[in-house]
Amino acid sequence: MKVLVPVKRVLDYNVKARVKADQSGVDLSNVKMSMNPFDEISVEEAVRLKEAGTATEAVVVSIGPAKAQETIRTALAVGMDRGIHVQTDEDLEPLAIAKILKAIAEEEGAQLVITGKQAIDNDYGATGSMLAALLDWPQGTFANTVETSGDSITVKREVDGGLQTVKLTLPAVVTTDLRLNEPRYARLPDIMKAKKKQIDAKTPADYGVDTAPRLTTVKVTEPAGRSAGIKVESVEALVGKLKTEGVI
Amino acid sequence: MAILVVAEHDNTDLKDATHKTVTAAAAMGGDVDILVAGTGVKDVMAAAAKIDGVRAVLGVDHVSLTRQLAEAMEAVIVPLMSEYDAILAPDTTAHKNYMPRVAAKLDVMQISSITGVESADTFVRPIYAGNAMATVKSSDSKKVITVRTTAFNAAGEGGSASDKMLADPASPSTSEFVGEELTKSDRPELAAAKIVVSGGRGVGSSENFAIIESLADKLGAAVGASRAAVDAGYVPNDYQVGQTGKSVAPELYIAIGISGAIQHLAGMKDSKIIVAINKDEDAPIFQVADYGLVADLFIAVPELEAAL
Ligand SMILES: Cc1cc2nc3c(=O)[nH]c(=O)nc-3n(C[C@H](O)[C@H](O)[C@H](O)COP(=O)(O)OP(=O)(O)OC[C@H]3O[C@@H](n4cnc5c(N)ncnc54)[C@H](O)[C@@H]3O)c2cc1C
Repeated sequence: MKVLVPVKRVLDYNVKARVKADQSGVDLSNVKMSMNPFDEISVEEAVRLKEAGTATEAVVVSIGPAKAQETIRTALAVGMDRGIHVQTDEDLEPLAIAKILKAIAEEEGAQLVITGKQAIDNDYGATGSMLAALLDWPQGTFANTVETSGDSITVKREVDGGLQTVKLTLPAVVTTDLRLNEPRYARLPDIMKAKKKQIDAKTPADYGVDTAPRLTTVKVTEPAGRSAGIKVESVEALVGKLKTEGVI
Repeated sequence: MAILVVAEHDNTDLKDATHKTVTAAAAMGGDVDILVAGTGVKDVMAAAAKIDGVRAVLGVDHVSLTRQLAEAMEAVIVPLMSEYDAILAPDTTAHKNYMPRVAAKLDVMQISSITGVESADTFVRPIYAGNAMATVKSSDSKKVITVRTTAFNAAGEGGSASDKMLADPASPSTSEFVGEELTKSDRPELAAAKIVVSGGRGVGSSENFAIIESLADKLGAAVGASRAAVDAGYVPNDYQVGQTGKSVAPELYIAIGISGAIQHLAGMKDSKIIVAINKDEDAPIFQVADYGLVADLFIAVPELEAAL
């Protein structure tokens, strides 16, 4: 079984986003960028499937600027076999990304695509399910545990009431949640080896996909601020304040 | 303009998230219908018909819809969309699961987790864990939207919409429901509770979490948690509040042993009153707390419970 994992380069999760003064977006100059944390979980899961002998090949793809190559290298360093870089300087929407991924999944003959459940920059949470729909494949989103056997995959999903298990016939799309696994760190020798792994250079045009945005950003602003209140000295003082507020 | 709202329910009760989504739909202007997809949905449909401003309630009753699996929901909704200009659903896990499928099939870009409606095609939504608010205008002919329900008031009741049953859908053949492990609790639901008491890594163990639960019970509150507390196994996954968990906006949110990472704040900073109990006076949670108590939680929490 061939596994495909898309990864996105995003503002590092430890960095607080700053809105640009002209309200055109978030300032991404001179800030730390990293692989979307959910994609690290997807990569880890694909590598584990390879190690278990379930996956025959694990391919990583990133759609983004030249620097997205670094993100692909990071995935190669923890065990992905090969990379595809679809270079674009535009910030493509999940719909366009899903269309490109569909073309790649078909070209590669992938049986399983593992995506993150959301990218922590735009927070759309749409790409994986959109891809599944375009391919007419079943999906197991918000995966907490996955288990493959023969031509099916069983996915335990994190849902609002607890956990739900679904069984899907492959090919399928899985989207990862936080508790699926703990991603490993790359070891130095593997980082060196990853430099020799193949990365194919592509563009959206190679896949014949219309990537024109459907949404235009009118403006990006700071959220309504919340200022620090007061420190109370004791539990009694706290109870007093909450009674005055009328919340208890 | 005709707008379809998908109901949030458990086949027995209609959830308040539906009423809030109706408010968002009504702000776009136009006729609002509600779709109730599930099994044995008569009671849920009757409840939906009472929501103010609703034109019609559509019901579809089939075993394949009991858990609203994504493939089945897509099959029901996509054909219906020839009659509608927009579809809105709450941004809970049930709807986040299939709405992007609907959008992709209609060839439109989904607008996720909106917190404001500026007009029929322009919406406000948080990005970067709520550290920025984007106003986006859609050029798609149909709008597919999920709604951050904490940002909208619930529509009232007093309406009397018509109702109509739809034909049975075809069951999807490539996905099946196997089982579920639902968290059992007599406490109010996190998303709807007036008071939420949340514990973090500082609580230290699942046994210790009893003091959080005990305080919550005294207050009639729901219990929440940080990701760290869930990852450590103190509480089930569905307790997680934050950017990648649940969003809550209760009257009172009490954060205990939680540092206040941006991902956690994303899910609770719209609460009316925030209380933080933390032994580290520099914890970032104090920057958003209305009332901060610098104390050891193992002393302060039982004391607080006793003082109520
Ligand atoms: C992709 C991604 C998504 C994430 N999504 C979420 C999310 O949705 N929700 C979320 O919560 N987090 C999320 N996180 C994790 C987040 O970054 C933080 O790691 C997490 O919120 C920290 O949890 P915490 O505050 O309980 O733990 P810590 O940061 O370890 O804080 C524990 C706090 O307890 C205090 N404490 C310890 N002992 C005591 C005591 N005896 N008395 C009083 N105080 C005490 C400490 O002073 C400290 O402030 C996400 C992270 C990533 C990378």
